[in-house]
Amino acid sequence: MTNAQPNNPNVPLRRRTGFRDFAQLLHQIGETRETSAKVEWLAAYLKEAPPSDKAWTLGLFTGRRLRRMVGTRQLTAWLAEWEEMPEWLFEECYHQVGDLAETLALLDRSPAPQEGMEGDLADQMRMLSSLSSLEDEEKKRLVKACWSGMSAHEKFVFNKFITGGFRVGVSAQTVIQALAKATGLEASVVAHRLSGNWDPATTDVDALLQEGSAGQDLSRPYPFYLAYPLEAALESLGRPSEWHAEWKWDGIRGQVIRRGGQSFVWSRGEELITDRFPEFVTWMEGLPDGTVLDGEILAMRDGRPLPFSTLQTRIGRQKVSARQLREAPAGFMAFDLLEVGGQDWRERPFTARRVALKALVQAAAAGNFTLSEGLDITDWSCLATLRASARENGSEGLMLKRSNSTYQTGRRRGDWWKWKVDPMSVDAVLVYAQKGHGRRSNLYTDYTFAVRDGERLVVFAKAYSGLTDAEISTVDTFVKRHSLEKFGPVRTVTPELVFEIGFEGISESKRHKSGVAVRFPRILRWRTDKKPADIDTLDSLQALLRRTQV
Amino acid sequence: MIRFTDNGLYCEAGDFHIDPWRPVPAAVVTHAHSDHARPGHGHYLCHEQSLPVMRARLGPQQFQTAGWGETVMRNGVRVSLHPAGHIIGSAQVRVEYQGEVWVVSGDYKTEDDGLSGAFEPIRCNVFVTESTFGLPVYRWRPQEEIFDEMRTWVEANRREGRSSIFQAYSLGKAQRIIEALRPYEGLLFAHGAVLNMQQALTEAGWDFPRVERLTEHTAMNIRKGCVFITPVPVGGLRVERWMGPNRSAACSGWMQVRGNRRRGEADKGFVLSDHADWDGLLAAVRATGAQKVFVTHGFQSAFSRYLSENGVEAGEVRTQYGGDEEDREDDAVEEKQEKT
Ligand SMILES: [Zn+2]
Ligand SMILES: [Zn+2]
Repeated sequence: MTNAQPNNPNVPLRRRTGFRDFAQLLHQIGETRETSAKVEWLAAYLKEAPPSDKAWTLGLFTGRRLRRMVGTRQLTAWLAEWEEMPEWLFEECYHQVGDLAETLALLDRSPAPQEGMEGDLADQMRMLSSLSSLEDEEKKRLVKACWSGMSAHEKFVFNKFITGGFRVGVSAQTVIQALAKATGLEASVVAHRLSGNWDPATTDVDALLQEGSAGQDLSRPYPFYLAYPLEAALESLGRPSEWHAEWKWDGIRGQVIRRGGQSFVWSRGEELITDRFPEFVTWMEGLPDGTVLDGEILAMRDGRPLPFSTLQTRIGRQKVSARQLREAPAGFMAFDLLEVGGQDWRERPFTARRVALKALVQAAAAGNFTLSEGLDITDWSCLATLRASARENGSEGLMLKRSNSTYQTGRRRGDWWKWKVDPMSVDAVLVYAQKGHGRRSNLYTDYTFAVRDGERLVVFAKAYSGLTDAEISTVDTFVKRHSLEKFGPVRTVTPELVFEIGFEGISESKRHKSGVAVRFPRILRWRTDKKPADIDTLDSLQALLRRTQV
Repeated sequence: MIRFTDNGLYCEAGDFHIDPWRPVPAAVVTHAHSDHARPGHGHYLCHEQSLPVMRARLGPQQFQTAGWGETVMRNGVRVSLHPAGHIIGSAQVRVEYQGEVWVVSGDYKTEDDGLSGAFEPIRCNVFVTESTFGLPVYRWRPQEEIFDEMRTWVEANRREGRSSIFQAYSLGKAQRIIEALRPYEGLLFAHGAVLNMQQALTEAGWDFPRVERLTEHTAMNIRKGCVFITPVPVGGLRVERWMGPNRSAACSGWMQVRGNRRRGEADKGFVLSDHADWDGLLAAVRATGAQKVFVTHGFQSAFSRYLSENGVEAGEVRTQYGGDEEDREDDAVEEKQEKT
C-alpha cells in the first residue's frame, strides 16, 4: 500500500499519537512473519499507549468486533462519485484486491498530509460510534474529511473500522505474551484477566489487570486449552498408563460458569451464549458456587449425543423455539473442571480435576449433563481399534490427555492430543474456480468439485486448502488457459483435473443438488494419475452417507 | 497493416513479426524478457543496448541493431525503435507504411528510471499497448521514495546484524536496485542470474556498483549484514546460511496489494515495477493521439473498456506475453531453473 511516511519496520515506535500509531503498529505487525518481532512491537506500544487506547487496542486485538457503521454499497457509490469512476471499474478493482477496505484506500486520492490523523484511538472510536446515527449526507462528509487526513494505510484501518470488518491477524498467544511483557505479569494471569466480557469503551484496563479484580466480572471464562492433532506414532507418547483417553465429540466447545448465583455459557469463540441453551438452566443452578466446567455442547437425547447436523439447527439462533427444543435438544458433555469453590484449579493434575468432576456430575444427576466417559487403555493397539469404531459411535475420534497434565492456555503440544478418524474421501473433478481473497487475491485458489452421476457431473463440494504454493500456481495457470465461461468472479473450466477430496462428515441435504452436504471438505491430494473418467460417483457419496447413519 | 496471428503480431507488407512467440524468419524484438524475446527466429532486430543481454540469454543469433529513432527499411515499410523505459534497451516499435503509423509498445513504464531511457510518446494512428497494471489500484510512488525506504530498511537490518535480501527480476529491477544501493558497494552480492546480466552489461560498458558472488569463503564480517539480490527466494538454501540472520523483501508492482505481500516467502514488499501504472498507461495512450488502441497482456478487458467509455476506440488482443494476467510467470519459471 502506498504509505506517505517513510517507515522503519525494525525499530519500535517512539512518539505516540493515538490512531496514527495504532495504524502504524498494525502495518508493522502485518509486514513481518516473526512472532518475536510482533510481540516486541506490541509490547512496546502497550507500554506507552494512554490507558484508553490500550483498552481499545487490547479489545480489538482479542477479537472485539465493531458494528458496521456505513454500508459497503454506500461507500462504493461515494468513492465512485469522488473519483469519477464507473462502478464496474470499482468492481474489477475490488475483485483484484479482494478486500473492500483496502480497495477503497488504494483508490481514494485525497492527498495525504504530512502529519496524518491526529487524536487518540479512543477519540476516534468515540467519533465512529456516533457515525451510525448520522444522516447519510453527514456521514459522507465526515468520511471524506477523515480520508483527507490520512495516509493510505491509515485509511485502510479506518475503512476496516467503519465497515465492521476489522480483524487483526495476530494470535491470542502473541497478544498475551506482549501484554505480559509490557506489564510484567504472568502470561496465564494476563490471559485470564483479559478474557470475558469487558467493554473497551468503558473499561479501565490497568484496573482490569490488577490483582483481585477477577471477581469484578463474574462471567469471566478461562482461556481454552486446545489440543493438537496427533501425527506421531502412539508409541512415541510413552506408556499407556500415563494417559487418559476419551471420545472426541463433534459439537461446540463450551465453558459453563456458576458464580455469585449466576450461570454463564461461553463458546470457544469467547461468545456468551447462555440464552441459547435454556435447557441448561436447571442443572446449572444446582452447581456449587464458584464452579467452572469445560466440555462440549452437543445435541443430546437422554444423555446420548445426536449427530452434529442436529445441533446445527440450533447454531446461530438467538431465540429458541419450543419445537427446536423438542427436535434438537442440547446437552453438555463435561470433560474438565477449572474452578472449584472459586479456586483456580488449572495447575492441578488432570486426574485430580477429573475425580472432582465425576463427583460433581453424579451429584447433579441431570439427564443431559453428562461426563465424557474415560476409555480403558491397557495397550496402544486396543486404542487404535477403538478409534476405528469411532464413527459408528457418532464421535469423530479420540482425545488423549496426559494424566498429570495441567490445564494450559491456547493450542499447545505435548499433553493433549486429538486423534481423529481418517476423513472420508472421494476422487472428484475440478469444475469451477474462483480467485482467492486477501493473501491469494491474484490466484485461482477456491475450487468447486463434482462427482459423476451417469453422464452428468454433479457439484458436491467447495474446497480451498490442501495444495502447496507450487501446485496452486499450476492449477491457476490451468484455469486461466482452460476457461469455458466466466460468471462474475467464477470461471468454469474444462473438467480435467482430478483431486482427492476429504471431509469429516456427510449428511443428507435438500439444499444441495447432489442431495448430500459434506463437512470441512479439503483437498487431500492432486491425483495426477487419474482421469476424469476415474472419479467417484454420486452413488459412492450415498454409500458413505448410509455408512454413517447406521 | 499489422495482423494478430497465431505466431504473434505480423506486418505483411514488411514481412516481419514483432515479439513473435513461435519461430519466424524475421523478428523485431522490443526487449530481452523471455516472453518477448524467444529463441528460434531466423533474424532479430533489436535496439543496440538490448544486444548484450539478448546475446546472454539467447546465445549467438542473427542480430541486427538500431539506435533510437533510426529508420530501418523493410520492403518499403519504415521501422524504427523508440525508448519504452521498461528495462535497458527496451523499445517501442514504430511501423509506417503508406502514410499510416502503428506503434507497438512492448512493455513500458512512463517514469524515467535513469537506466532504461525515458519513455517517448509517439504520435500514431494505432497504438498496441500492454496493460499489466491496468487497474486504478495500481498507482506508483516515485522511485526515489521507494529507494529511500529500501536504504532505510537495509540500515535498520544492519543495525540488528542482519542481511537484506531483495527479490527482484534479474533483468530490469535488479539493475535499478543495485544502482540505488550504490552506497553499499562492497556489501553487494547477488544470485547467478543477476550476476550474468551484470556481467553482460558491464562488458558492454555500463557502470554499475560492484556486485559479487557470495560463497562460504566470503569474509564473515562482510557476509553478515550484506545485501543480496536474487530473482528467487533463497530461504533454506546454502547461500542463505552463509549470510546469517536476514530479512527478505519482494520488489514488484504486485506488492501494492496487501494479500500479495503476505503471500509468498518474503518478510516485506516494496512496490517497485518496470511497468506503467494506471495513470501512466492512460497518459501514454492519450499522448499517442491514436484513433484506435489494441490492448495486450494484463487487464485487457478492464483497460480497453475504460478507454472505449472515454472516447478511445479500443479492443482486446490475446497474446502469449506474460502468463495471462500477470507478466511475471515466464521470468519466474526461467529463473527458478537457475536456482543455486
Ligand atoms: Zn518485459
Ligand atoms: Zn511483457
